[in-house]
Amino acid sequence: MATETAIPVTSRGRARRRAAGWYVLLGVLSSLVLYPMWMTVVRAFSDPFIYLQEGQPFLPTAIDWGVFRTAWSDGALGQAMALSVLIAVLITVAQLVTSVAAAYAFAYLRFPLKNVLFVLLLASLLLPIEVTLLANIQTIRELEWLNSIQGLVVPFTASAFGIFLLRQGFLGVPSELRDAARLDGFGHLGFMWRVALPTNRPIVGSFILITALGAWNSYLWPRTVVDQERWQTVQVALRSISVERPERFNVGVAAALIAFLPILILLIVFQKQIIRGLTAGAVKG
Amino acid sequence: MTIAGAATRGRRSPRGREALLAYGLIAPAFIILAVFSFYPLYRLFRFALYRPNRFGTGERYVGWSNLPKVLGGDEFQSGLWITLKYVLYTVPPGLALGLLLALAANRRLRGIKIFQTIFSSTVASSVAVASVVFFGLVNPEIGKFGRVAFIDLSSSDSALRGVALSSIWQNMGLTFVIVLAGLQALPDEVLEASRIDGFGPIRRLFRVILPMISPTLLFLVVVLVIFAFQSFAPMEFLTGGGPAGSTETLVFKIFRRQEFGRINEGAVMSLGLFGLTFAVTLLQLTVLNRRIHYGN
Repeated sequence: MATETAIPVTSRGRARRRAAGWYVLLGVLSSLVLYPMWMTVVRAFSDPFIYLQEGQPFLPTAIDWGVFRTAWSDGALGQAMALSVLIAVLITVAQLVTSVAAAYAFAYLRFPLKNVLFVLLLASLLLPIEVTLLANIQTIRELEWLNSIQGLVVPFTASAFGIFLLRQGFLGVPSELRDAARLDGFGHLGFMWRVALPTNRPIVGSFILITALGAWNSYLWPRTVVDQERWQTVQVALRSISVERPERFNVGVAAALIAFLPILILLIVFQKQIIRGLTAGAVKG
Repeated sequence: MTIAGAATRGRRSPRGREALLAYGLIAPAFIILAVFSFYPLYRLFRFALYRPNRFGTGERYVGWSNLPKVLGGDEFQSGLWITLKYVLYTVPPGLALGLLLALAANRRLRGIKIFQTIFSSTVASSVAVASVVFFGLVNPEIGKFGRVAFIDLSSSDSALRGVALSSIWQNMGLTFVIVLAGLQALPDEVLEASRIDGFGPIRRLFRVILPMISPTLLFLVVVLVIFAFQSFAPMEFLTGGGPAGSTETLVFKIFRRQEFGRINEGAVMSLGLFGLTFAVTLLQLTVLNRRIHYGN
């Protein structure tokens, strides 16, 4: 880890002043990052009419937690969040299962056309949902999956990224462990459960978190595949709750905060794992 | 592969059984990818080459000439131009901010972890949440900065810049996290050596640190460019594509062409977007290849 070390201390006072300078800079940058969020919090706790009369205040004008209750019940946010949780869980579990299985085959098994299939997998990364949107929505219409769990989940139950990530992890299992497992008479299933997966727990953990985060936060597909309110995910519901009713924007931002908070807590608790997942492509190449 | 299937060899199963097992294991993932990634590509071409007749009762082959017609047409061209402008408005400022945050937070100080958590916090925000947050800041009627001319959403000259703010903010956490990881992977000795050579902080930044993390920065450029290509929610939340279509990016235009009769034009646009993504992803692969050589 190359962290810039403090300059050799010539005098304690100078080092202290230097540190103080860094704290000032870090403080300024922090307020820059947090400012939009703070303004959102202020808005949730302010009378919407204040904005029209006096412009945006810097501090809340009316602390009333009831706004969160209104946001929760008004726009059926509770129902939307339950649906989002369900979808995130289903997508994550499904991606984990399909990716672990495929990654295992690509890491440990020999089979004809292996390289061709691997390149094909690579090629699927060139086809993000933004590109395939129109064709996929036709397929979903023909399957009569509009406004359904299947429509929201099934297209995302496989992940080329997940297969690469896990395959990489599996290839990293030391060959001594593989030999030992063989001597112990482990079959494929035993080897996967008792050796390959446990030794890759950090990678699996990061993958789960990144996938769940992506599923929870996704917007374009749920927006396209759903046109009934009861099938709206929380992200899609945010639009009708907030920007379509600017006169009640305090309720809208309260809803956004409710949607944001669980993920923020998740980020703080699992910071290390999430960051490892996010930087997987950048650092390993 | 010499280490293939520890357990397989233990059981001495024949090769055919191993292949069968492998196909069984990759089948679920490949079936999903076939239906929802590759088949759609075929369908896009099909939509692009055929066109419904006036009554919507059938379709006729219009052929490849449809592609240059749409791709050269005003709608695609303006969508492409707006998308490229969006890249320009989001990527350089976003990268510069992320770099600044990472350089500031990459040091040993008491409590630095708190600052690092704050800087990465926007990773948790979705495009929808970021759009709501910035609706409150830049909306012309209720936003604090709604009347600032440079980012005025009600003018077609500046609206795209106002929308870009939300993307910059939302991507800042990710940019910070990745640049910081790049900085922390730098070997201590190099930094020490540059310090002993009497490099000042500015010279050290431009002559040592930036060149050494350039693979990370290139990777980030590609990721941020692709994000910009794919942006949709900020426009839908903040401007609805307006004013006068000035924030209708390619994905926005594609989204609006779902219904029968317009889907053919939308399909050609999707193929255009595919071409763009393809070009940038190929660039990414070359960059990554270079990274591996660099590492060696």
